Amino acid sequence: MIRLLQIEFIKLWNNRASKVLIISYFVLLTSIALVAAIKFDIGPVKFHLADQGIFNFPYIWHFNTFITAFFKLFLAIVIVSMMANEYSNKTIKQNLIDGLSKKEFVLSKFLTVISFAVISTVFVFVVSMILGLIYSDYNEISIIFSDLEYLFAFFIKLIGFFSFCLFLGILVKRSAFALGFLILWQVFEGFVRGMIRWKLFDGETTDRIMGFFPLNSMWNLIKEPFSRLGAVKSVANQIGEEFNFDYAVHWYEILIVLVWTAIFIYLSYALLKKRDL
Amino acid sequence: METILSVNNLTKKFGYLTAVKDLSFTIEKGNVYGILGPNGSGKSTTLGIVLNVVNETNGTFSWFNGDTDTHNALKKVGAIIERPNFYPYMTAVQNLKLVCKIKEVSEDKIEEKLKLVGLLERKNSKFKTYSLGMKQRLAIASALLNDPEILILDEPTNGLDPQGIHQIREIIKKIARQGTTILLASHLLDEVEKVCSHVVILRKGEKLYSGRVDDMLASHGFFELKTENMAELETYLEKNDSFGKVTTENGLITAFLTEEMNPAVLNQELFKKGIILSHMVKRKESLEEQFLTLTKNQSN
Repeated sequence: MIRLLQIEFIKLWNNRASKVLIISYFVLLTSIALVAAIKFDIGPVKFHLADQGIFNFPYIWHFNTFITAFFKLFLAIVIVSMMANEYSNKTIKQNLIDGLSKKEFVLSKFLTVISFAVISTVFVFVVSMILGLIYSDYNEISIIFSDLEYLFAFFIKLIGFFSFCLFLGILVKRSAFALGFLILWQVFEGFVRGMIRWKLFDGETTDRIMGFFPLNSMWNLIKEPFSRLGAVKSVANQIGEEFNFDYAVHWYEILIVLVWTAIFIYLSYALLKKRDL
Repeated sequence: METILSVNNLTKKFGYLTAVKDLSFTIEKGNVYGILGPNGSGKSTTLGIVLNVVNETNGTFSWFNGDTDTHNALKKVGAIIERPNFYPYMTAVQNLKLVCKIKEVSEDKIEEKLKLVGLLERKNSKFKTYSLGMKQRLAIASALLNDPEILILDEPTNGLDPQGIHQIREIIKKIARQGTTILLASHLLDEVEKVCSHVVILRKGEKLYSGRVDDMLASHGFFELKTENMAELETYLEKNDSFGKVTTENGLITAFLTEEMNPAVLNQELFKKGIILSHMVKRKESLEEQFLTLTKNQSN
């Protein structure tokens, strides 16, 4: 297993484009700390974002995992191209001839995906912890370590998404087209949602059905945290609205994403096995 | 004899096209094999199958008597098929380190092999800056990293300039002298003739011949003769049972032997008869002639 990771590391780290993207990704993850610095001080209007409670435990786990999940697109580019480049350089052929089995080949990519997800999760944990300890209004241990399921959901979300990228890389064999396909798929899910809502079911059933689609199921893992924010809630109350959303991470949502992950990895392997190079 | 590779009734179909048809042969340790055949005769497909990159439609193959599974067996094989494929953004050394990781061998041999193929000075240049000849030589270095039991080369001199072709051939000969088993696929007959002891000949995916180069045609060779009195010589040869076909071309008589004959004996015999030769050569058909004869015989 270490050997497979080392192989992938040599391939990735010597590629300048991948290296730059990986580094910028982690810099961006850290940059969420900069949100703390947002401060308006124009005469009577004083606004300091960090004071609005976004860094309060345990809300910070929800907020930070939701925001940082957007940066995964950077790694998506790296993952799609690490797969597609093997095809365009034909190095996949050489790898197999040199004695890497097809299973090992897919496994080495998947292990890399898992490593990315693990490192990202640890990164977000550490950054959030530091921010929380500085700005949070509540510092009891029991509160700090509550709601950690958001981190777990974040981890699963990344693995699911990256596995999808990996599969697209193998399927399409060209990085640009694979990324295009990813966007197309997003549009497709939106289209399907529209059609179902329009022709078939009411909103709730549509949401439930859409929860089974890959990108939608990943999106569902961590719900938007903004309406949970104290400031937003009070504004809503003033205009007579009351939010009552379900923010929790559900086990069946995790399960759906895990099933998709398994499908993508298996399909990648099956595709590789079936194809002549 | 230790068997390195055995191929049994291998068939590969690409849609309607049958690229390899019911092919069987074995590769024994220590010999230098050539796979001969015109372009599109299934050479590369066959190699692709045994190298785990093309799926067979039917039939089986096994490495080293089937003691290990294919991908582990390939770690003991060195192979270059078609164009050299490496990571363009990595240097020669980085690329070879990666190969070492895949083959699970130590990195000690990298310098040695780069020296063998004459790339030591350029070892830290990126692969994409290499010329085709250098890329091909790097591929050979990479294939040798594990001191393979067998070296498989598919058209190793394709697309190279004469100097590059010469360099590659020298390297191959050097390796062959060290006793490494070699399997060389090529459509260049002289290339195969220069280095191979055994051949497998393919045409349209079918095996026409496999065995020693010398035994390819049941032939005892032929004499090329010239004398003042051509007519007399011709009559003598036609009457002699040791000779089969006799042809005259450009004042040179070519007489094919039906049985083994020592040239000294023939010379003495003719001298006694008063036929004095001004030119006498005994030789065997070149691989090219044999190949053409073989493919012609079967071409209907």
